[in-house]
Amino acid sequence: MDFALVVGIEILNAVASLMLISIGLAIIFGMMRIINLAHGEFLMLGGYAAITATKAGVNIWIAMLVVAPLVVGVIGVVVERCVVRFLYGRMVDTMLATWGLSLLLVGLVTTIFGNTTAGISSPLGPVLIGTYTVSLYTLFIVFVAAMVGLGLWLLLKKTRFGLIARGTMQNANMAAGLGLSPPRVYMVTFGIGAALAGLAGGVLAPITGVVPTIGVAYVAKAFITVIGGGASILTGTISASALFGTVNQLATFATTPVIGEVALLLAAIVLIRLLPQGITDRFFRRSL
Amino acid sequence: MPSSRFDRLGLAAFGVLGLLAMFALPVVLETFTLLELTVYVIMSILALSLAFIWGFGGILCFGQAAFFGIGAYTYAIASLNFGESTGAVLLAVAVPALFALALGSFMFYARISDVYLGVITLTVSLILFNLVNSTAGDQYRIGSAPLGGFNGIPSIPTLNVPFMPGSPLDPTQIFQVCVAALMLVYFGLRALLASHFGHVVVGIRENERRAELLGYDTRRFKLGAFVVGGAIAGLAGCLFANWGAFVSPTVFGLAQSAQIIIWIIVGGLGTLIGPIVGCFLIQWLTAWLGALNVINSNLVLGAVLVVFVLMVPKGLVPTLADLATRRARRAAAAPQRGVAGPTQAGSGRVGGLDGIAEEVVK
Repeated sequence: MDFALVVGIEILNAVASLMLISIGLAIIFGMMRIINLAHGEFLMLGGYAAITATKAGVNIWIAMLVVAPLVVGVIGVVVERCVVRFLYGRMVDTMLATWGLSLLLVGLVTTIFGNTTAGISSPLGPVLIGTYTVSLYTLFIVFVAAMVGLGLWLLLKKTRFGLIARGTMQNANMAAGLGLSPPRVYMVTFGIGAALAGLAGGVLAPITGVVPTIGVAYVAKAFITVIGGGASILTGTISASALFGTVNQLATFATTPVIGEVALLLAAIVLIRLLPQGITDRFFRRSL
Repeated sequence: MPSSRFDRLGLAAFGVLGLLAMFALPVVLETFTLLELTVYVIMSILALSLAFIWGFGGILCFGQAAFFGIGAYTYAIASLNFGESTGAVLLAVAVPALFALALGSFMFYARISDVYLGVITLTVSLILFNLVNSTAGDQYRIGSAPLGGFNGIPSIPTLNVPFMPGSPLDPTQIFQVCVAALMLVYFGLRALLASHFGHVVVGIRENERRAELLGYDTRRFKLGAFVVGGAIAGLAGCLFANWGAFVSPTVFGLAQSAQIIIWIIVGGLGTLIGPIVGCFLIQWLTAWLGALNVINSNLVLGAVLVVFVLMVPKGLVPTLADLATRRARRAAAAPQRGVAGPTQAGSGRVGGLDGIAEEVVK
């Protein structure tokens, strides 16, 4: 029984982590139909922002939950203005340009912080479940993922900005005809996507530590999850994360972490083969 | 079937340059420089493999390194087992080609394209990386060759004179073999592109539906192109494994695949000569920056890629060729009657197959 609970928590944790690292990319993909391959580096920057702020004396919770998203959100807006906005509608070109950007950021951060692992200790202790210990921080990550999902749903569904954003997403020309400015919506959306990547990077930093090259580990998974999820931002990401996270953890428990990773990737390949447009192309079609 | 005099000149120049490199450079250069050049040449072959399937077949493969790695590992394992390199080389081309056949059938017959194809190929190379990376330990061996996991496979036998394991090639001869392989691949691809098969492949890139309506089974042609690309990448992997006598899982890595894409973008998508130029330039730049040790080479590479996508989207070779053609045309249009206009304008792009593509599409 305790074991089942522990496995359940680990699965929840895997799903939540996948969702956190993918949601920023999903927003950018869902709204603008572009793939930001510098996404992994946004997470990496979030991690560095959180760690640097903590070491400078900022409270760790503020550093992770406020400083990291703010810093990376600003960086995202700058990137959008300087590079991405010239490339809307050219998916492959944006992928290439943002790939270049990711190399550039890796190089820049290596120059500044050096090629070593930086870290902060996890702020929450362990809890006992029967004879097993589980880090309380794991539960905190699940909580953050849930809050991000809920917050995003409220933002898109209940606010004026959300209405404008969804309208622009459906028909940019019509939105422009109604006097809105799609370029501005895109800029803000890109900023929000980047900020969420920063948040994820900050929250995950105590677990993983950060090195300049950590983005590579994230971006492929996020990319796969977003494409697997399909066009709907929230439902797509959540359903793909749930599927891949569960497959990953079950395989990990049954065999080794490596096989778990491979099982996740194989699941993604099979999914894309069966549903090339993602889960939400077939199921939950009218969802957000 | 070179479409213009310009093209024929380019082909001849490539042949002469290649022969010169093969026989003059070993005399002039020190062995160390020659070794470094050898890896440039090997990577150029790898660049050509993606240049063909992406630039002419329109298939953006984010995991071309998978075939490169499979070729390298196949050569390593086979040559360690056989104690002789001839069969190993053949296998190192055949196995990646078969893998490309399997993966390609899986993708093209499901009509997967564009970014989805990119995700699948990327994922496949990640799977290979993960699997091979975790095979450290003595229980993982194929025949007498331990896989070595993240440690890689050391002391791979060098190429030998076919069927004579007693006489391995020296570095100069390896260099010559690599240049010969590059020329073979280049001329082979040119011939392939000039054939009926090549025309159809380019036609599919231009307009897949139209090619289909003309009665071509586009899936089969794309698969064919993909397999050719896989085989060439395997050949490059085989030469790479035997250049350093060492192979490790990084050959499957994302960084390796990214490099190939950068070479092509810088040199020029849709040409064959461009990616070779891009490959040489970028590798030279990386080596130079590494030696200089002032600025991080990732930073520069990234900046180069961003700048090229934004400002020189066609890549170096087509942009320069365009400039040259425009110059020549202007010179021909100028009122100096005595000067013969060198342009048979129109399809004057080096290595470009615009003419052929138009021919197919029209």
